[in-house]
Order: sequence, then structure tokens, then C-alpha cells
Amino acid sequence: MKTRPMSAKDRKVKPRSVDATPGPLRELAVSFCANHGAVAGFAVIATLLLLAVFADLIAPHPPALPNNDALLVPPVWQARGSWTYPLGTDAIGRDILSRLIHGARLSLAIGLVVVTLAVAIGTALGLAAGFFRGPVEFAILRLMDVLLTLPSLLLAIVIVAILGPGIVNAMLAVAVVVLPHYVRIARAAVITELAKDYVTAAKVGGAGVPRLMLREVLPNCVAPLIVQATLGISTAILDAASLGFLGLGAQPPLPEWGTMLADAREFVLRAWWVVTFPGLMILLAVMAFNLVGDGLRDALDPKLKR
Amino acid sequence: MSALVVARDLARTYQVTRGFWSAPRQLRAVGGVSFEIAAGRTLAVVGETGCGKSTLARMVTLIERPSAGTLVLDGIDAVDPPPAQAKRLRRSVQLVFQNPAGSLNPRRKVGVILEEPLAINTQLPRERRRRQVLAMMAKVGLGAEHQGRYPHMFSGGQRQRIAIARALMLHPKLVVADEPVSALDVSVQAQVLNLFKDLQEEMGLAYLFISHDLAVVRHVAHDVLVMYLGLAMEQGPKERIFARPLHPYTQALLAATPGLATRPAAMRLRTGDLPSPLDPPHGCVFSTRCPHVVERCRIERPRTRPIDGRQVACHLAERFVG
Amino acid sequence: MALLEVENLSVELPTAAGMVRAVDRVGFSLSAGELLGVVGESGSGKTLTMLAIMGLLPHPARVVADRLTFKDRDLLPLSARARRALAGRSIAMIFQEPTASLNPCFTIGFQLVEGLRVHQRLGRKAAWKRAVGLLEQVGIPSPEDRMRAYPHQLSGGMNQRVMIAMAIACDPEILIADEPTTALDVTVQAQILELLLGLQRQRGMGLILVTHNMDVVAQTAQRVLVMYGGQIVEERGAAALFQAPQHPYAAALLAARPTAERDARLLTIPGTPPGLHDRPPGCLFAPRCADATQRARAVRPELRDFMGGRVRCHYPLGDGNREARIAADGRVAIDADIVARGEP
Repeated sequence: MKTRPMSAKDRKVKPRSVDATPGPLRELAVSFCANHGAVAGFAVIATLLLLAVFADLIAPHPPALPNNDALLVPPVWQARGSWTYPLGTDAIGRDILSRLIHGARLSLAIGLVVVTLAVAIGTALGLAAGFFRGPVEFAILRLMDVLLTLPSLLLAIVIVAILGPGIVNAMLAVAVVVLPHYVRIARAAVITELAKDYVTAAKVGGAGVPRLMLREVLPNCVAPLIVQATLGISTAILDAASLGFLGLGAQPPLPEWGTMLADAREFVLRAWWVVTFPGLMILLAVMAFNLVGDGLRDALDPKLKR
Repeated sequence: MSALVVARDLARTYQVTRGFWSAPRQLRAVGGVSFEIAAGRTLAVVGETGCGKSTLARMVTLIERPSAGTLVLDGIDAVDPPPAQAKRLRRSVQLVFQNPAGSLNPRRKVGVILEEPLAINTQLPRERRRRQVLAMMAKVGLGAEHQGRYPHMFSGGQRQRIAIARALMLHPKLVVADEPVSALDVSVQAQVLNLFKDLQEEMGLAYLFISHDLAVVRHVAHDVLVMYLGLAMEQGPKERIFARPLHPYTQALLAATPGLATRPAAMRLRTGDLPSPLDPPHGCVFSTRCPHVVERCRIERPRTRPIDGRQVACHLAERFVG
Repeated sequence: MALLEVENLSVELPTAAGMVRAVDRVGFSLSAGELLGVVGESGSGKTLTMLAIMGLLPHPARVVADRLTFKDRDLLPLSARARRALAGRSIAMIFQEPTASLNPCFTIGFQLVEGLRVHQRLGRKAAWKRAVGLLEQVGIPSPEDRMRAYPHQLSGGMNQRVMIAMAIACDPEILIADEPTTALDVTVQAQILELLLGLQRQRGMGLILVTHNMDVVAQTAQRVLVMYGGQIVEERGAAALFQAPQHPYAAALLAARPTAERDARLLTIPGTPPGLHDRPPGCLFAPRCADATQRARAVRPELRDFMGGRVRCHYPLGDGNREARIAADGRVAIDADIVARGEP
């Protein structure tokens, strides 16, 4: 903390108009943008979103089109590479760049669907647990505890094994696996809010349980859930990629990044580009969501406000 | 005509579980308090932490059910109300909280917060609800432009006005105010106290006004009830109690309040913590800290008896009358 | 001898709307054995000022001052760390929420002993004995037993006594008490105040008592600073301030206290204090002042000597020519909407 003698220019105190306090959205935006990592992550996600939406227009080749004349072509900057396939091709001649772009669509979809499912069901269960306490809470929490004791990947594998491999079942499995986290967060938030005066005020005003749950308490529990959800997208992408890698998730020829990794295992030494680029995309997407999630949490947390 | 609020021997005890093997213990939050409040009058409940005033407030506003005793609000039995009267009962008493920030839902606009009691309890169409909201806002000194704002955009004093407006939306007969000005600055406190007074005159409201600040109590109350560890120590008309407090605890409170201390020497309470309500002292509950304690105080719990125009629960009250 | 001298201390805080000056050119001095009361409502900047002196403000806050010396030792050029080290020993501070200021995971004894061992380099046994002695000095009964208690097991009043014990453990020369009794019950408040005054007399400490309650200050302080909107608006001896306040805000604050008469309307101050973002261009109190003028709304008054103290007002209440000067400068009524907002 620097201190120095006052000078004349310190005396300009800016007069401001009444009610010039910045609104909550502006404060959130300013706090968020002050975090460079979060802004970078946001940019990456925006890019991925664009790629996902306009994949058909952007990708140079169809993702599932094999080409026997161009097997395992290296990326453009290496010896045999060419601009036709900027990032090279895989073992059956499919363009890796195009597959990555289409894969963005799949990965984002997986992330969003899984998190939406988990948040919706988790919040409902958490609300019930927090409101009704007693045996309802006991049952829900113990069930969640059971889910938590099992290693997440193992649990996902078991669920997929029962339901059958495929991208939809993989999404369901991952949603089940991350569910307990949302239930706990929702329940904790509900319990905190229930202790506050405005809930008592609503009760004194005659509000019944449904109104209390949905209109009073739920909107105030949203902030920690949003943060967890954003971070959860990256977990979902990673878990789905793991399942894909094990052959239990998206099935070939779907260009899901994890499945691409599985196909490419044998080429690690021979054709590094088939393995590396999908891995890099997973890394990039996961990191971007984590940075945005952290940035949101820091921006929303009043205690961290300077 | 009987008073608006009649409470007799109101008591509330909680069971505190101590684990699987031990029997639960009794925590007596309020033990046998009686009072009456007439329309247009204010009963101030005074006491420090743990005296049970908040629990009393919760019982009177029907949030908690008394463990014992009777409570009649506007002629209706509040402990076991007949179902046909339950709605009317709910509308007859409302609550204003201590913390203006916490008592308003931060995610709702003020207009919606104020409209809600009407939406739940009445069948009024939307337009009429809106008009009533605006009328009430004007009554508490807020402008129409405020209804679209969120609570955090207001100052503490303004939020407390919103809370008061919300309490009045259903036109209750009794308003319970739990430390409504304790969290406010002095100048804002003055505005809110004036508002309370104006509304009482205009609408004939009865107040149960809880406060630990005796200066505020002296200003607003008609009658005073002093509580300690769940029991009434002294209660009666404000003028008598402030002019000549008969219970040592009341004397200590008055002596300790800066600005009010007219007693020459500060009453020295014996140092020590407040006894736990789980394990109250035998005999008089104040005996552990009372500077005038005698043997009888430790053995026999004093009954509330009428002396010098008020009710006192102290064996030695007579000696302070002269 | 002046222990603490502060001149033109300002604190600037970063907000979403740029750097905002939360404390504006505060200056005062404190001598040994003197009790200075600092009175102000929320947003007046009194706590920030004390934190700035102690070096406890987090990094993004900027503190500037013309002079900040403790016993003629200049605090300004010291690094934050050096200043905290000096401040921790010679200037102690206690805060409003005693239970929150103590670490809930450790016993009282542990926290006291730790502090003593670090600052005074005592061995464990010696530190323990001294800690017990300190607890006795602050009036805690059966101190040896209390040493083994956790903060949550003690009442607010007891915890505040523990905080005071920790504060005086290093024999500070100045004790800053920031609303030490606001969170406590009224009988305990009286006891804690008595304790603070007793310790001050015994040890000859300078004591700065920060509070929003004028009556507390009336009983105890020798001199009083009244703060409003980050500025000092009046400084005067306590008795003089209560009998004849010179600043309209100070007078209004005294008049707003609840009185004995049940039917009297309390005199209120219309409107609300300025927040960080809506400081008016002229006198900060002018929008709410019954005697404001065009000049007051445009020109910010400086703090100047007046009748034995200092006041920041164009028209102090004790000025004989006051009415004439107000009329000459053009009286301005308080805005109707401020009146409406502040006073139904």
C-alpha cells in the first residue's frame, strides 16, 4: 500500500449524480471482465459454439467420408502434408480438422444435456430434502451418498453396460454420476435461505409450501448452481470422452473427441496427430469451461468483492 | 370490551436432543408470560439476549405454537383456531423484522414483494392490487418509481419502510415489530419511529414492540414488559416503570443505557454470564447476577404480584418503592 | 506529547465506476491518556479511517496522507508489513463482533499464548501465566478455566473482554475500539465501557472510541470528531459539542435521539447520507440541510477553527451573522423529493 503526500491533482473529486450506483448486471460484467482468464475462456467457448452451430459450413470435408488415397496424411507443416487436410487424416482417410469441428457440436451437446439433466433433477431433489427434512431428506441424502462412494467412472461404466453403449446412454450415465453434487449444493443453499427472514415473512404473509419453494427460495439458490453447472460442463465433457475412449460412449463413426482418441490408440507413435489433436481439443474445452466457471464464481461471490 | 390481544401464561419449551443414548433436555425459551394489548396501544418487550422475546414474537405471529398457555387475537383462539377463522387470524397479525436487508427477497422487485400478501390472501383483481400497493407505498413515504427496483438499491431506512408497508398490506390489527430500528442509524431511526407512530394513530394499530434499546422504548411504548430468561420480571405502564423501576434487573437496564442513566451510581451487576436456559437457576432466575440477592431468592421463585401500579416478580420489590 | 498525528488522510477505493474517495482528508491528533470519540453513521468512513491508520486495508485500496506519524516516527514510508508490525505492537485495535474476531478452532488460551509468544518472545509457561493475568485484568472470573474454553462457549461480552486482553497484551500506547459494544447487550455494554476506561486510566493509553451512539461518547470522551460522508465535519470538546454543536448535522444528530415524551415527534433529518457514488459537488450535507444556500451547494466548505474547535460549514450555528449571511447567499429549500423520500 503506497502512501504519498497529497498533490493538487488528488483534489479533483468527481461529483456524481444521484443513484449512479452501477446496477448488478454491470457489476457482474465488470468483475468478470477483470479476470483475464475468464474472458479468454469465454472467447474459446464462443468460438466452439460458433464451430458447433456452423459446422456444416465451416468444415472443409464431411466428417465421415473415408478416402483410401489419403490414409494417415500428416498435418500441413510436416513433410507429406498438404492444405487439403490441414491437420492430417486418420487411419481411414477422414479429415481430422472436419471431424474435430463436428466433434465440437457433440461435446458441447453432451456437456449441456448432462448438466441440464443433472441440475434439474438435482435441484428438485435438493429442494425436497431441504424443505421437508426428516425421512425424505434422509432417504435422498443416503441415496446420494451411495452414488458418491462409487468411483464415478466405474459407476458410469456400469450404467452404460446395463443400458448398452451409445452417446445417449453415456449422457444419462454421466448425469447420474454428477447428480449428487447438485443435490448437495441445492440442499445447502435451500437450508441457508430458509433460515433467512424473508422466508419467514412470506410464511407470515400466508404463503404455502409450493409458493415458498418455487417462488421465494429457488431463485435465490441459483447462483451456486450456475457456478457448479459451468464447471460441471467440463466434467461432463471429460467423462463422456473417457467413456468414448473406452468404447462405451459415442460409437464410431461419430466424431466425438474421446471416441477419436480410442480409434487412434495404436497410432500414438506412428501418426501422433491422430491422437494429439482430439486430446488438445478436450483439454482446451475443459480448461475454457473451468476458467469461465471460476470467473463466474469470483464475480458472483460477494465476499470476494474488493 | 376485551383487549385485542390477550395472552395468559404463554410458554414455549424446546426439546434439545443430546444424542442417541441420553434423553432430550428441556430448553425453556418462554415460561409463563401474560399480557394484554388494546387497539392503538404499544406494548414494548425489553430484554437482553436469551430472554425469550424473539420466541414470544414468533408465538404471537403464529409461526410457532405455544407449548402452554392461551393466546386470543381479535377474539379468535390463536393456539387452536377453528378452521373457518384461520385465514382471518392469519391476516390479523403481521411482523416487521430486525434486519431490513434480510427480510426482503433480494430477487424480487419491491412492487411484487408488496403485492404478494394480497395475491395470496385475497381475490382482488390485479389492478386493484396494484393500486393498493401504490397507496401503501405513498403512506410510508416511497414513490411510485420505487416499485420496479430491487431491495439492494435502497438504504436501510427505506428497506425498513418497505417491510412496514408489506406488514400493513393486509390491514392487520396487531403488528409485531422485532427490533425494527436496531440496525438503523440514529437519524434514520428517528424517521422510522415517527412513521410507526403516525401509522398507529391513523390505522389504530396495536404494536408488540421488541427492543433492547430503552431510549427507543421510552419513546414509543405505552406499556412495558421486562423479560429475563423467559420470564416476566416487571411489567406495567411505561411512565411508572421508567420513573421508579422496582425490579433490580429493570434498574440495571436503565442504569446501563447511555443517555438515560439518571441513577447516580451504575448498577453493578455481578459479573458472570447469563445462565443457560437449559439449566436455569433455582429460585429467582435473576439471583445469580442480582446485586441485592438474599438467601430467599436462591430458594424460592418469586411470583408476579401487583405493587405500585405494575406487576413485579421480586421478593424485595417493596424496598424500592419508597 | 502527541502520540498519533494524522494530517489529510484519504482513502480511495476501486469500484466498478472508477476510484472513489471514501475518506476525504481526515486529520487529528491523539495524546497519551486522551479519549477521542469518533461519531458517525454508516458510510461516514470512520472505520475505514482507523483501518487505514493501522495498515489493515487490503491492497486495492489506496491510502494517501500528508502526515501520519506515531510518536514522531513517520509511518508513511514504511512498507505495509513494517507498518503492521509497528501498529500491531504499539497501536491495538478491537472490533465490533468479538466472536467473529476470534478463531473458532482454537481455545482462548491458545490464541492468547500464541500472540504473547510471537510478540513478546515469552516461553510457553511464562506466556500462560501472563495470559491468565491479562484475563484477570479484564474481569473474567475463573481465568484458568476460561483459558481452556473455545470462543463459541463464551458469551459476546466475555469474548470482547478476551479481545481486549489480547489487545493490551503487548502494552500498546494507543487502543482503537471500533464499535466495541454495538453487538452486545446493554448491561454488558456498560461493563465493557467501564473496563476500557479503567484500563486507559491505569495504563495512560490513548483511546479512540468509534461509535454511532452519541450518548456513549457523551459519557466518556474528552474530544469528539463527527464524521459525515467521509469527512470530518466537526471537532470539539465533548461537553462543548453536546451543549452547543456548531455543525447542523451534529446538531440534528443530537436532536434525533429518542426523547421521553411519548407523543413528541422525533426531529429527523430528511433524506439519507450520500453513498460512495452520489457525493454532491458542494457541501455534502447541503441537500439535507435546512439552512443550505446556493453557495453551500456549489462550494465545498473547508475545515476551519471555530470557537475552540473545528467545523466544516459555511454557516456554523454559533456565528452571530449567520442569518444575514445565509440570506445574502441565497437560501435554498431542501428538494421536495428528498423531503418526501425521507419523511412521510
